[in-house]
Amino acid sequence: MAAAIISLPAAIRRGDIVTVRALIQHPMETGYRRDAGGILLPRDLIRRFTCHVIEGDARMLAFSAELHAAIAANPLIAFSLKADRDCVLEFQWSGDNGFVHRESRSVRFLA
Amino acid sequence: MSVDGWMTGTKTPFEKGGRPRQWAGGFAAFAIAMTGIAAHAQPSDPRKSGTEYLSPATRALQSNDAENPAMLWVKAGEALFNEKPGADRKSCADCHTATVRPLKGIAAGYPRFSIAANRPLNLSMQINLCRQQHQKAATLQHESRELVSLETYVAHQSRGQPIAPWRDARMSQAFINGERHFKTRIGALDLSCADCHDRQAGKQLAGNVIPQAHPTAYPLYRLEWQGVGTLSRRIRNCMSGVRAEPFAHASAEMIELETYLASRAAGMTLETPGVRP
Repeated sequence: MAAAIISLPAAIRRGDIVTVRALIQHPMETGYRRDAGGILLPRDLIRRFTCHVIEGDARMLAFSAELHAAIAANPLIAFSLKADRDCVLEFQWSGDNGFVHRESRSVRFLA
Repeated sequence: MSVDGWMTGTKTPFEKGGRPRQWAGGFAAFAIAMTGIAAHAQPSDPRKSGTEYLSPATRALQSNDAENPAMLWVKAGEALFNEKPGADRKSCADCHTATVRPLKGIAAGYPRFSIAANRPLNLSMQINLCRQQHQKAATLQHESRELVSLETYVAHQSRGQPIAPWRDARMSQAFINGERHFKTRIGALDLSCADCHDRQAGKQLAGNVIPQAHPTAYPLYRLEWQGVGTLSRRIRNCMSGVRAEPFAHASAEMIELETYLASRAAGMTLETPGVRP
């Protein structure tokens, strides 16, 4: 079971540009390395990261990234969003060996 | 006992020479000396945590919990802390609550003498002992993801606390042996810990600064490891670096060296989880 940490600013005002940070525990094995016995370690990468904005029934892709072998283990992805609506942010990491991890956070504004 | 000569002859009890011969009584003198040091050391403490040698980028990674990758181990450790793994269906959290046996400050006192094991233990070993005794669960392998996660979570609860080695007479032999390990030249490169970490600290080695070897942020995330490891793992890394046979995890020698390092860093602030190059 992977662990992931999503962080959003504690207090968001409508219209703010906020930095979203998404950190996940993953080996990001390149497929090019060998173990101590010389056996090739099978590739195990996160291939895609997405962040969708969910607003009622509407689901809109806000940010996505393709990940490759040169990305470090436990990748940290940070990006900016303009917080202009009440919504839920849905994060998904998917990759080799059927790996999928989902998290969601709601964006709430200061009164 | 030559305590007077020791106290006037050296600035800290850990520098070379001048150590009292009889440690049975010496440990009390050591405790007194430590309070003396704590009293005058705050503004001009020559000791530096490895954090102070970090590049600004790595330092920023350590100081922001949203970016510090070791926080993933803290989170995983918290989940394990609340699991009930053994035959007794007891979690760590069942014994350690906010008020009963709280975790705050606990990690800052290791290694410490265990009556149950009749020897000094580090935190990894204590967690395994708890699993055996109180949870009737299988012990975890040293440096396994589960054990490192648990230890990182427990040590994180002491972040900001001063390192406070147990001033227990039963630890004095471990301290003496540990100091000897620290100062004994080993391996094909014929180097002691002190050769680098006392005499060359602050200088460069392979692109990184040689720190003073204060265990202030363990378990920590090393970018080289792409993961979190304990002080034992780091020591074994250093030992194979000088082409010596590393001490085994949980061996008496390893705990002795950890005991000496903890005493050397007494009073410094625990920063777990750290990030290092």
